[in-house]
Amino acid sequence: MTTKGGIEVERLVREFKNGPRAVDGIDLEVAAGEIYGFLGPNGAGKSTTVLMLTTLLPPTAGTARVAGYDIVREGPRVRASIGAALQEAALDPLLSGEEHMRLQTALHGLPKTEREERGRELLARVGLSEAADRKVGGYSGGMKRRLDLALALVHRPSILFLDEPTTGLDIQSRTALWEEVARLAAEEGVTVFLTTQYLEEADALAERVGIIDHGRIVAEGTPAELKADIGRPTVEAVPHNPAERERLAAVLERFGPRAGTSPRGAAARLERGEAQLAEVVRALDSEGIAIEHLQLHAPSLDDVFLAKTGRSLEGSGDPEPAAGEQEAVGAA
Amino acid sequence: MSSGLRTQVGQLARRSVLRTMRQPAQIVPALVFPLFLLAVNSGGLKSATNIPGFPTDSYLTFALAVPFMQGALFSVMNAGTDLARDIETGFLNRLALTPLRGAALLSGLLAGAVVLGLVQALTYLTVGLVAGAELVTGLGGALVIVALSVSITVAFGTIGLFAALRTGSGEAVQSLFPVFFVFLFISAMALPLELLQTPWFHTVASVNPVTYLLEAFRSLLFEGWEPEKLALGFGIAAAVLAAGMLAASTALKTRLVRT
Repeated sequence: MTTKGGIEVERLVREFKNGPRAVDGIDLEVAAGEIYGFLGPNGAGKSTTVLMLTTLLPPTAGTARVAGYDIVREGPRVRASIGAALQEAALDPLLSGEEHMRLQTALHGLPKTEREERGRELLARVGLSEAADRKVGGYSGGMKRRLDLALALVHRPSILFLDEPTTGLDIQSRTALWEEVARLAAEEGVTVFLTTQYLEEADALAERVGIIDHGRIVAEGTPAELKADIGRPTVEAVPHNPAERERLAAVLERFGPRAGTSPRGAAARLERGEAQLAEVVRALDSEGIAIEHLQLHAPSLDDVFLAKTGRSLEGSGDPEPAAGEQEAVGAA
Repeated sequence: MSSGLRTQVGQLARRSVLRTMRQPAQIVPALVFPLFLLAVNSGGLKSATNIPGFPTDSYLTFALAVPFMQGALFSVMNAGTDLARDIETGFLNRLALTPLRGAALLSGLLAGAVVLGLVQALTYLTVGLVAGAELVTGLGGALVIVALSVSITVAFGTIGLFAALRTGSGEAVQSLFPVFFVFLFISAMALPLELLQTPWFHTVASVNPVTYLLEAFRSLLFEGWEPEKLALGFGIAAAVLAAGMLAASTALKTRLVRT
């Protein structure tokens, strides 16, 4: 049985009428207090998985326990244990931050005497005290996301689901949100299930990462393990003379397959790792190709994704329809 | 009602009222448009009072019943559009993650309709009386008119909620407005039922519940206390409310598929 703060998923499936399986038999385990990154392109099945784990969408098949409770049979208990900030900050533009907190604390059943204090405390924590009485319609994207996070925490959940929490945010807002999420896990022991399509987000935050594509988990492990599993760095070179780009690419391909695209040069994944770099330099020299720029890239999660799916993560997705827009088939 | 449910209804009602008060675009047309039509009709159809059997000398008094119905139609749109927006933005999912009960959600959402209905009824009645309309039942009648108007507004509001929950689209809810307006036009809106001479129109108007809602208002304005007409008016409002709530509750269960 799952521990109180953990997540356990077995062969979870979600089918929609006239569509492929959005989630196709996934298995995963998240330990209490862990930050788990669920990485994949648009349409991979990330949001559908979150909707099922947060009890907002019944699975077609399979089981899952969240905080020790079955997501189908014990929905109310699951909801009492979790907080969620779903895709797109779902806020009322006509209410202020303070009014959102008042509504959320009351609906979660906090005693009247605690509501105001809890609201103030959370608004302060996410840096919205000064904007508390302003209507949310005037908030920036980062402020909305921070309020969304604060609202998810009003009832002190042991598990937090964040569905693409930083999509569309500038780097400053993104970093601030990452810091708060990391603090929640480290200081308060909150388990975080985070979906993202940003490699750097999964890399920076998650202790373990599950990579999902077409509804299936194609790789899972710590970011370091996944990269080590791929193990091959990429060498990228830019010729001094742009006309020699094709010749350069041909030379690099002797050391491994082409990797991604280099706007002014060429890149290849080194079959035998970084030890080949010296050989690459000698080969380019013997071919008489003058090099303007040469760089060795360590393996990234994108390389992992590429290796597991044959596609690059960046821009490889399809839109994932919202649950409300889809028709279920045989919902459990 | 348990204290938890009371809190939920109270908080959602508060939100609904705040939203309504902060959207002048919802309130102003619901006040201005029916009064504008009242002014046009009472001026243009004044000579209808010369038709033998017309029940009053003042067409303004006769026509004053119509704004209450038009106001109720605006409530379909406003209540439904607000809920549809909650569905579209994902706010309903946020509410679904709390221990919120469906009954609390629907009741809370209708609170905005109650406030709007109250403001509408008081405005229409005040403007009508200031313009010279009769009110033979006095202050008591005025209170019953306001109560009936609010009841009809809330009852029609449930249809808006149902449409929003079924479609999840604000545009779909707004497309209901002309459909409901047709119901108003094929009723005894411009003439009393007994003076409608075209057979098919008389038949349609006589089975149209809007006719009897208008007659309930008119009885209070220029006929006197007519218990049967009032019972029929309040009865229709109660029936629409019950049917609308049932339909909205069923649609909510489908929309909120939380386990």
